[in-house]
Parts: sequence; C-alpha cells; structure tokens
Amino acid sequence: MSSVKDWAAPNPITENRGGLIGKGVERYEGRLKVTGSAPYAYEVEAPSRPAIGYMATASIAKGRITRIDTTAAEASPGVLLVWTHLNVPAQAPRGTRANPRSQRPSNPALAGDRIENFGQTVAFVVADTFENARAAANLIEIEYAAEQGVVDFVASFDQADQPPGEEDVHIGDFPAAFAAAPVTVDETYESPVQNHVQMEPCATTAWWDGDKVTVHTSIQMVKGGQHALAETLAIPSDHVHLLTRYIGGGFGGKGQAYDDLILSALAARALGQPVKLAYTRQQMFHGTIHRPAVSMRVRLGAQPDGRLTAFAVEAITHCARNAIFTEHAANFSRNLYAAPNRLTGHRLVKMDLPGAGPMRAPGEAPGMLSLECAMDELAEKLGLDPIELRIRNEPDVDPETGKPFSVRQLVQCMRDGATRFGWERRNPKPGQVRDGRWLVGMGMAAAIRGNFLLPAKAGVRIDADGTITLRQGMTDIGTGTYTILAQITAETMGVPMEQVKVEMGDSNFPPAPGSGGQFGAATAGSAAYEAGMNLRKALTALAVGDPNSPLYGGPAEYVTFENGNIAIENRSETLAALVARAAPDGVYVEGSISPAADARDYSQHTYGAHFAEVGVDTVTGEVRMRKMFGVFAAGRILNAKTARSQITGGMIWGVGTALTESNVVDARYGSFINQDMAGYLVPAHADIVDLDAIFLDEADDKANPMGIKGVGELGICGAGAAVANAIYNATGVRLRDYPMTPEKVLEGMLAVGL
Amino acid sequence: MRPFTYERAPDALSAVKAVAENPGAKFLAGGTNLLDLMKLDIERPTHLVDVGRLPFAGVEEVNGGLRIGGAMVNSKLAAHPRVRELYPVLVRALVSGASGQLRNKATTAGNLLQRTRCAYFYDTTKPCNKRQPGSGCSALEGVHGAHDAIFGASKACIATHPSDMAVALTALGASVETLTPTGASRTLAVQDLHRLPGETPHVETDLAPGELITAVLVPPPPEGGQVYRKVRGRASYAHGIASVAVAGGRVALGAVAHKPWRAAHIEDALSSGASPAEAAEAELSKADRNDHNALKITLVGRLAAAAIEESKTRRVA
Repeated sequence: MSSVKDWAAPNPITENRGGLIGKGVERYEGRLKVTGSAPYAYEVEAPSRPAIGYMATASIAKGRITRIDTTAAEASPGVLLVWTHLNVPAQAPRGTRANPRSQRPSNPALAGDRIENFGQTVAFVVADTFENARAAANLIEIEYAAEQGVVDFVASFDQADQPPGEEDVHIGDFPAAFAAAPVTVDETYESPVQNHVQMEPCATTAWWDGDKVTVHTSIQMVKGGQHALAETLAIPSDHVHLLTRYIGGGFGGKGQAYDDLILSALAARALGQPVKLAYTRQQMFHGTIHRPAVSMRVRLGAQPDGRLTAFAVEAITHCARNAIFTEHAANFSRNLYAAPNRLTGHRLVKMDLPGAGPMRAPGEAPGMLSLECAMDELAEKLGLDPIELRIRNEPDVDPETGKPFSVRQLVQCMRDGATRFGWERRNPKPGQVRDGRWLVGMGMAAAIRGNFLLPAKAGVRIDADGTITLRQGMTDIGTGTYTILAQITAETMGVPMEQVKVEMGDSNFPPAPGSGGQFGAATAGSAAYEAGMNLRKALTALAVGDPNSPLYGGPAEYVTFENGNIAIENRSETLAALVARAAPDGVYVEGSISPAADARDYSQHTYGAHFAEVGVDTVTGEVRMRKMFGVFAAGRILNAKTARSQITGGMIWGVGTALTESNVVDARYGSFINQDMAGYLVPAHADIVDLDAIFLDEADDKANPMGIKGVGELGICGAGAAVANAIYNATGVRLRDYPMTPEKVLEGMLAVGL
Repeated sequence: MRPFTYERAPDALSAVKAVAENPGAKFLAGGTNLLDLMKLDIERPTHLVDVGRLPFAGVEEVNGGLRIGGAMVNSKLAAHPRVRELYPVLVRALVSGASGQLRNKATTAGNLLQRTRCAYFYDTTKPCNKRQPGSGCSALEGVHGAHDAIFGASKACIATHPSDMAVALTALGASVETLTPTGASRTLAVQDLHRLPGETPHVETDLAPGELITAVLVPPPPEGGQVYRKVRGRASYAHGIASVAVAGGRVALGAVAHKPWRAAHIEDALSSGASPAEAAEAELSKADRNDHNALKITLVGRLAAAAIEESKTRRVA
C-alpha cells in the first residue's frame, strides 16, 4: 500500500516539461466522432452479417404473465427466433456469483413469469432486419394477472425505512440547538425521478467463436460487464471478450449490464451468427435505471451573525424492491459547512418502479438542490449576502470527522466567481430588476463533490518505430479519457502527442474500474502514469546497458526523457533509435495504482461556486437563462479544453434539473408518462446562452501522484440551486419543487401578486 | 411498424384515387410525424402514397394574398421573402414549431394534419380513443399536464392539436384548397378543417378519405399588427403549453383544443372596444374549467392579453 508521502516528490507530470499537462489538447478521437467513423457498439463490423434483435416489454408494473402467444410472431417474415420466459436458454439465477471475484453477479433476462416493473423485457425476437424483428415483436400477445404495486413515492413515505446497514449521523445535540436557535429555516425540497437520456441507447453486438463470445457493448465498466455476462451464461469470464471503445454518453446509467448484453450473446450462440440488439429511446426510460425522486428536509439554526449552530439534512428516496440502491442525497452536507450540532440521514422506500441507480453525481446532484437553497433562504432571513453566510460557516477542518482538508478553496471559488460574474450587480431585494417583460435575478450556490482513487492497472509498450501505445481496460464515455491518457503518457515519456496511441475499452487489457463517480481520470491516469514510469525505468536500463547507446554506462538517475529523446546531459538518442536497435520487438511494461492508506486521514473533495442569472417572463412564468458562470477547484487540470467541457456540461445538466427534467409517474399504471425526448426535456443549445467556467490553480498532493482530481460530476453539484435562487431573486417566488416549470413559476407569481 | 407497400404518385389525381380506393392507405410527404407513429405501432397503414414530390411546393401571389403549395417545407416557407413581408405572425409560428431539422422536411399540408402529442396517445400500453376507438381516454384521469385541452374537450378525449403554423393561419383567416377523389377541388377555412373530439376523437378533420390538401390560401394581411407567442418549457424546441396568434383584430389560440382555436369572443370584445385583458377574459370565461386546469386558463388569458397589447405596437410594412 502506498502513502501520500510517496506522491509529494516532483515527477514528470508535476514538472510538466513538455507542457502537455493542462494544455487544451484536441480530442484524441474527435475526428472519428465528428466524421461518424467511430464505430459504436451497434455499428461495429461483425465477422458476418448480424441478425437483429428486438425486445417486447411489459405493460404492467407488477404481476404475472398468465398467457403469452408467440405464434404470429414466429410466422412473421424474416423471424429467426422468438424467446419468452418459457423457452429462453438456461441462465444462472439472478445474483449468482459462481466466481467470488466477479465484480457483478448474474443478471438473467426473461427469467420468469413475474413482472417486477413496467417496461421489463418479456419477449425477444431476432429477425433478418430490424423492421421485421420489431413488427414480429408487436404481434406477440400477452395476458397478465396484475397486482397492486407501490408506485406513488409521495404517498408511500410511511413505508420508508433506514437503508440497510446505515445509521443516521448525530453530532452534538441537534434538537436542542435547533430549538434554541434565534434564526431558523425548516423547509422541504422535492426533486423528481430523472432519466439519463444518453444520446446512444444501450446496445450490443455479439458473436461466438467456439465456446468464446465477443461482445461490443456500450457500458461504463469493462470488468463489470464481462463478469455479469460470464456469470449469467455460467461460463468462465475469460470466455467473454468485452469491448466498449466508444460510448455515446453514460451518466451512470451504463454502469451495469442490461438485457441487450445478455440476450444478444444468448441469441448469437443459439443462431450461430452475430446478433445485435439496442434499446429504443422509449425502452431506455423503463428498461434501464433512473435517478430516484428525493424529498429532503433541511433544518438550519443560526445565530444572528450567521454562524450555524444546528444543521440537519434528511433525505427520503426510493429504489426498486429487488435492487437496493440509496441516493445518498444528504452525504455531501457532512463535509460542507461548520455547525456543532448535526443530523444527517436517509430513508428508503422500496417500490415497484424500474431500478433506481446512479446518475450524474448521485447524492450531490439532487441533494444540493435543497441545502443550497436553504442557505439562500437563511441568508435572506439574516440580512446577509449568501456568499458571506457561507464564508462565516467555512470550517477549518472537516465538520463531521475533524480531519484536515487535503486542500480546500471553496471560499476562493466564491470570491473569485463573485468578482468575475459581477455579483455586486445583484439587488438583494427580490423582484426589483426589470428588462422589458422580464424580471431578472441572480443566484449562487456552492459546489462540493468527493474525490476518489481506486485500484487500476495499465500497460504501455514502445515499438521499434518509437510509437508508444497505452492499453487499459478503461472507458471513455465522451468525457475525454482517451485524450488525457494520451497527454499523461506523452508527458511521462517526454514525447510529442503524435507518438502516442491509446487503446482501451477491452477486457483483455489491464483492468481499470471504468468511468463513474468522477474517479476515472485520477484512477486510470495514475495507472497510466505508473506504467509510463516503469517504461522509463526499462528504457533507462536498456540504454545504459547497451554499448551501442550514447548513454552506455551512464548514471541511471541522470537519465531524462524529453522531445522524443532519452538523454544524459548532452548524450542522447531518440527512443525510436534505442528501441529499434536494442529491443527490436518492442518493450512492454505494466504499472498499477492503489489508494494510499493515509489518504483517508484527509477530507478530500473538489469544490466550486455557481453563479446564474435568469429572466422570468412576467406574463407566462417561463424561465430563461441569461448567464451562468462557475469557478472550480479540482486539483491539477489535465486538459483545459476537455475539463471545461465536462464542467460546463455538468452546469448545463444543472439547468435541466432546475427547469425541465422530470419523469412523471402515472400511479394507475406504475409507468412514466414521458417516454421520449419530446416529453423529457433537457437543455439544448438555445437554452444555454452565456456559459463559462474557470478552474483555480491547484494541486492536491494527497490525491494521487499527479495531484489531479475528478471534474466529471462537480459541475452539476449545486448548479440547479443557483438557478432556483436566481428565480427567487428575480421574482420573490421561492419554489421548492423541482423542476421549476412555467406552470409552477406562474402559480408562485400569482401567489405573490405578479 | 407493420409491413406496408409504397408508391410514389405520378400526379395528384392518381395519388388521391390510390388513397381513396384503399382504406389502409395514407399520404406520405415529409414523414416527420407519420413515420414516427408507424415505428411506434400507433399508425398502421398498409400502403403509403408519396405526395412529397408533387409540384405543390411554391408560393404564388393571388389577389394580394399568397397561395402556398401543400408540399412546401416549413423552413422554406418561413424564409420566403413575401411571407416574411406580409405575414410575420406566420413566420414566427413556423420557426416556433419543431426543430430546424424537422422544419426542413415537414410540409405545409403535413403540418396541418399532424397528430396530437398527448403522452397517452404515444404510449400503446394505455387506453386511447384516438388510437383505439372505444378503449377510453387515459389522459382524462391521468397526470394532468399543461398540454390538456381547455376548450371543446369531451369525455372521450382531452388532447390538443400541436401545430403552431395552424394557429397563425387560423388568425390570418387562411383556407385550404383540396383535391377530392372525384377530381374536383374545394376550399375550406383552416378553422373548419379540424373537428372537436366529441365521441369520435379518431376522426380529426373534415377531409374525405383520399382528399388531399394541395395548397393553403392566405388572404391579404389584415390591418394591424401581427404577433405570435408560444409558452414552452424551454427556449429551444418544445411542444407548446399554449400559444396565441394575433393578426389585426383576429386572434387564435394554440395547444388549448383539439383544433387551432379561433378566439371569436376575444375578437368580438376587441371590436366593441374592450381592453386586451377584458377581451381575453371574455374568451377564457367560456373555457371548460375543471379541478386541474385553472392555472392553464389563467396562463392563456395572460398570454392572449399580452400578445394583443404587443400587437398594437407592431405594424406590417
């Protein structure tokens, strides 16, 4: 186990002699993507023409299939196979983990006659064309014995329990302190079910070679997908070759395997030919996970000077009855503001809706919508600026654990952001600023998101032509992973970007945990760095040990790698020359990273401050963004361009959260009413007018050898609350029920006489 | 999508006859709505007659107004210099509808005949009288959306017509020119083209089977300003929660009924000297008020009043 002390010494990344770290390098795979030539899972070339699958899905939320008639479907043109629970090939029972090291257990499709949620796969057709498969699937007749499920979240709070294995966190005496506090806020905030709506739906192309299967699939975690398929099919995991090279968005929704992976592999085996299968847009809403609704009660008690003395954040959320997941919407608040008396915790309702799961900063994203508005409400009650209130509650050490912060620039983010955004233009009294038919307002919110390092490996080889290839079982879900791994490898090896290739998304490559939890760059990148350092050692040994090298016999500790050369002072040669001569078959090494035990001695997070300016139509209640700006502190930034893109992307999702995104449940049917992107609105270009973000200079030497941290999820954390606070500042309408649609805003405006 | 056959009609009369003679046949032009509905198994035609390439894609000057070809795509119509000059309300309505990509394909006639966006109509697992006559209306007791009708709804259907363009055309007093299966031509006002749901919400227009809209006739612009305003959940493309078109003294409302809604009470009130707010109240007091739609009624009233007010400051060149 390594120690954070090992990471303090200068290294090629922190010295950055080649200047590649932090540079806004163009996307490594950008040309492939914009020219449409990056093969996504559904588009890869199979060894022969694939047959096409299509799934039929359940029309009830809970119950049992009593009759299923596939006669017409089987007789339909082009049909090769029709499966239901009655004739699907054998699979391991759900949850089987035959290999204890499997990261994911079995996840069988069509496993029985029970219906556990609306949209569950109930039949599967494979045909020669997509159209024939879909037409046949529509001919399948199914009858159900429906049962009453628990599908109405708000009506089911009485069934909320403590999540398994969790306890509330009590510090000090919250009830007494809250009762004694001269100024209090006690409000409840609601955020709805949300959907990932990735541009690319879940999809798989599968084929077999003997007893081994190759699957190209769209998944965030390579090993998880490989193991889930192996366990389900009850085959050794090394008989599954899983590839996921390009992914059209994940957002947490592709952290697990779905029926496309299982059914395409089963059908390819049964038919002896490649099979591909994708979810339709409509099927994605129920067939894959969603972010659960969260109801959050926030109680703040403060002294007249703004110091918090009582602090409680409690969340009620829900998950599927047979797939326990807790949206930890209160966790972030444990590390954000000082207060001696604290209460945080979660309650969970088990429901008969589709599975709840991680989505875009699980926990923080819905959670911060509550506290960061409650702070705005408290600031107004105290007559304090919302930034000043937060500064007065800035803790010296982690407010829950008492641990020191690794580095924390939250106050600097707020101050810097206020200056750059022009926060002094804000009129603290709401409803005062008009621009034609618009009421204009500004709001801000803090951002916090944890930083993580997981175990990972990477392999790197150099060939005789000098090409350096990084190989890793990592994924790029559109975030820029290819690019930053190329930068890290090039900088570590002292070569130009053009000399580096990155290959990933392959279960045969050294494993990395994949994309999620904003741990990807730090985790995969640190392993890539370690592999590069090992390659430097191997090449150093090669050079100083080779009589034909100008470095021969030189001191290994003085060897440098710059400009494609290996050198000791003025004795140098190109890496290509060295390898071509001394190791013509190339050199391959691996490297690995693991969390440092003493990293846990620090409270380690990424931080930011959001600023939003909105216009609210005084007639209709429509809210339109006018400006959004964020300042973030997230360690050393690897790529100015992809990091900015990620963080502003998160801010845009915050706008969606605040204004439009919601999957409404019709409790009569246990289904979401909006099942396409005409009904589930996410921000598009015209919704985002003036948006920018900057990063503060920072390096976190407790994070990893490179001092970097994640930026994938920080951008959404708090963003929606800044928009909500701006709506309040514009109108004096305080809404606590997301999203803030024109109807809700208008209702609020009517209530205040607008 | 069920299997279907396809033909490209050589001329309009052949197209009309082909559809009139085959109960399973439908016209296809831009396909931006029909093809989506076929993929979702909501529309199930057995035969498609492609009229998208018939020579109905131009704009002609007629008696101080314009004759717009039924196959002209929305984006070209919105960009046409004479349309921009004479009918700003129509241009605003056109560019408020759908997305740029869809407007590049969607035709004038097809836009008029697009089907509702009611979420229950789109979900084939739910009852819908429009999709399956007699099955019931799941929207009626469903999640009451901002998209429900507030005028002319029935127990059988509370869906709204989603077109923006049709609202502007209604305010402009436009009519459609059709070709009937006998080869005769007829015209009917856009405001009379669509029906209220009644007991038969699946019958959406007064067109006979096979009758083809070949053109839209827009009379000379009325005296007075023109305004189109649409309320929607986001600034970029989205189906309207409500919209209003004002053309001089004529006013039409969108996303409030099974058809573009000519606001005759507003027009009457305005002509009798009522204020915009009073005029709006005259219309909205006649709305089908229930436990769920008070807010929408209020919204439409505010929107209509504001648009009428705004129209007083606008003048056609």
